[in-house]
Amino acid sequence: MSADFLYGIEVLINGLMAGVLYALVALGFVLIFKASGIFNYAQGVMALFAALTLVGVMEGQIPFSHLINAIFGTDLHYFGWTVPALLAILVTLAVMVLFAWVVHTFVFRHLVGQEPIILFMATIGLAYFLEGVGDLMWGSDIKTLDIGLPQGGSMFVEDLTVGLGGEDFYGFFIDKLDMVATVVAAVLVIALIAFAQYTKQGRAMRAVADDHQAALSVGISLNFIWVLVWSLAGLVALVAGVMWGAKSGVQFSLSLIALKALPVLMLGGFTSIPGAIVGGLIIGVGEKLFEYSIGPLIGGATETWFAYVLALIFLVFRPQGLFGEKIIERV
Amino acid sequence: MLYREAGDFKTTYRADNQTFPILFDRVGFWITLAVAWLIVPLVINDYWANAILVPFLIYAIAAIGLNILTGYCGQVSLGTGGFMAVGAYAVYKLMTAFPDVSMVIHILLAGGITAIVGALFGLPSLRIKGFYLAVATLAAQFFLVWLFNKVPWFYNYSASGQINAPERFLFGQAITGANAGPTAQYLICLAFVTFCALLARNLTRGTVGRSWMAIRDMDIAAEIIGVNPLRAKLTAFAVSSFFIGIAGALFFAVYLGAVEVGEAFGINKSFLVLFMCIIGGLGSIFGSFAGAAFLVLLPVALKVIGADLLGWPTQIVSHLQLVVVGGLIMFFLIKEPHGLAQLWRLTKEKLRLWPFPY
Repeated sequence: MSADFLYGIEVLINGLMAGVLYALVALGFVLIFKASGIFNYAQGVMALFAALTLVGVMEGQIPFSHLINAIFGTDLHYFGWTVPALLAILVTLAVMVLFAWVVHTFVFRHLVGQEPIILFMATIGLAYFLEGVGDLMWGSDIKTLDIGLPQGGSMFVEDLTVGLGGEDFYGFFIDKLDMVATVVAAVLVIALIAFAQYTKQGRAMRAVADDHQAALSVGISLNFIWVLVWSLAGLVALVAGVMWGAKSGVQFSLSLIALKALPVLMLGGFTSIPGAIVGGLIIGVGEKLFEYSIGPLIGGATETWFAYVLALIFLVFRPQGLFGEKIIERV
Repeated sequence: MLYREAGDFKTTYRADNQTFPILFDRVGFWITLAVAWLIVPLVINDYWANAILVPFLIYAIAAIGLNILTGYCGQVSLGTGGFMAVGAYAVYKLMTAFPDVSMVIHILLAGGITAIVGALFGLPSLRIKGFYLAVATLAAQFFLVWLFNKVPWFYNYSASGQINAPERFLFGQAITGANAGPTAQYLICLAFVTFCALLARNLTRGTVGRSWMAIRDMDIAAEIIGVNPLRAKLTAFAVSSFFIGIAGALFFAVYLGAVEVGEAFGINKSFLVLFMCIIGGLGSIFGSFAGAAFLVLLPVALKVIGADLLGWPTQIVSHLQLVVVGGLIMFFLIKEPHGLAQLWRLTKEKLRLWPFPY
């Protein structure tokens, strides 16, 4: 095997790992979209907000300290304690559940029955709002998130593969964090599927996704299910935020992965969990391979647009995505 | 009392079909125009031109453009920033290639070029609908910004990768470049706003506009009654991009003067213009103005109150601005999904009946 070919495979593997992270964000979209028909643009900002909250709680930062200092002229920053990672994650989860309740009660409950595009715009507003709140609460500087996940390249894989490609090949370079992320994502997906299939609330959730009115008439509380779904999306956002945050620091660009998740969803279809995963992998692999093979010829940095153009071309031929339900239009 | 159609008799079809059927509206319209054209240029200064009036006028053009596409034709676009960039780079290339041709022609040509690009990216809209289309237009946004960053021909191989507007004159006055005075900048923008608003208003109430609205309301039904969806959608994309291109050209040449594409025409610009359309009111020319005014004034007002009066750090004020804008968008969508224009419409209805409740 030639070294070039092996490097191609390395790019492919790294693409798969990146794709897993896209799929994680896309998963949050699919959950909310299936249950309430809301296309939640704020998912990326939710990931950012969750990561910010996690860091803030762990470091014992005082929420809104910048604002308080500005108004009252005080000089508060830290409580003076640090919180262990596991406890902090639980606290953050509680915050995300609270957030889910607030969002549902004050915004989306009043928008039930509106056109999808209005709901979409509302989530864009929510994204701005949440971003501002997150910055006010915890400050907008770039933070490092360290909850003890392994970092750096895996020497084990590198040593194992070093002999494959002869002189020029130094073995596969694979980030340990990406490997952990893949495992976590797999566990999360299995847990979510199990939850949807085998628990009472999960069944209720699927019923709501199927038909709001029918679900209502058999006694399922729509309000409860919607809060539940937003909480689950918050959980997925937290996981995605932790993974991305550990990889590249907790900063504003984290919220832009929401934009990357859009083409993933379009490829996979808005209503399909397997679609989100397959779409994420295709986009992850596609953009890495494209950048590796064709990128240098046309100036590089093709990752910014490749996913969208791929999705665009794909949609022209199959408007409902890979796994989406067939769109039937009636007058 | 004044706001009545009673007593205002129309004797021709022409008079019956005019834009402002009520006398009060007509008078108001002409007074607004007179103030904007005759009085404001006399009192304008640098701060008012640069902070409020010029960006307001330019965003109003962009909002009218997006409103044609999203409000009248129902095709959601998130590619506004990319199309504004096309306008800006087109006018830059034209300005540097043909220095002797009038700026007015350059700006109109830039709009025309953007219209072609817009129609091209509008082609998928025939197959892709709703959200899917919104995401597809993101492809335009990111691809175009990348293109202007990576291909040196577009920025004339300048070392910084920026484009800088050279000085150009109209009627002996500098309208671009460092020496352009606030009055000249304001007047050129106002001229284009007047032109665009009148054009948009008359397009939207004619055949073309009706076919757009038919497509918006239900595209299959529209097709069945004989509206050609290909033509309606592509004309909407082209006309919308024409306006957005003009806005982009003015934004670069007159307002900013120097542009780095990712910063000036990024995805945030797309959202900003979309918010203007939503807050102002989808499917309303007046709404485009109202939305643009609102979102241009809001940051200025917040800055004056927060940073200047209360003395807060600018960073916190900018974060608060995000909260306020986001909150307002949600508030508007819940309380009044049809925006400021609908409030204005309701006020007018009330005024017509006043002093009776109904």
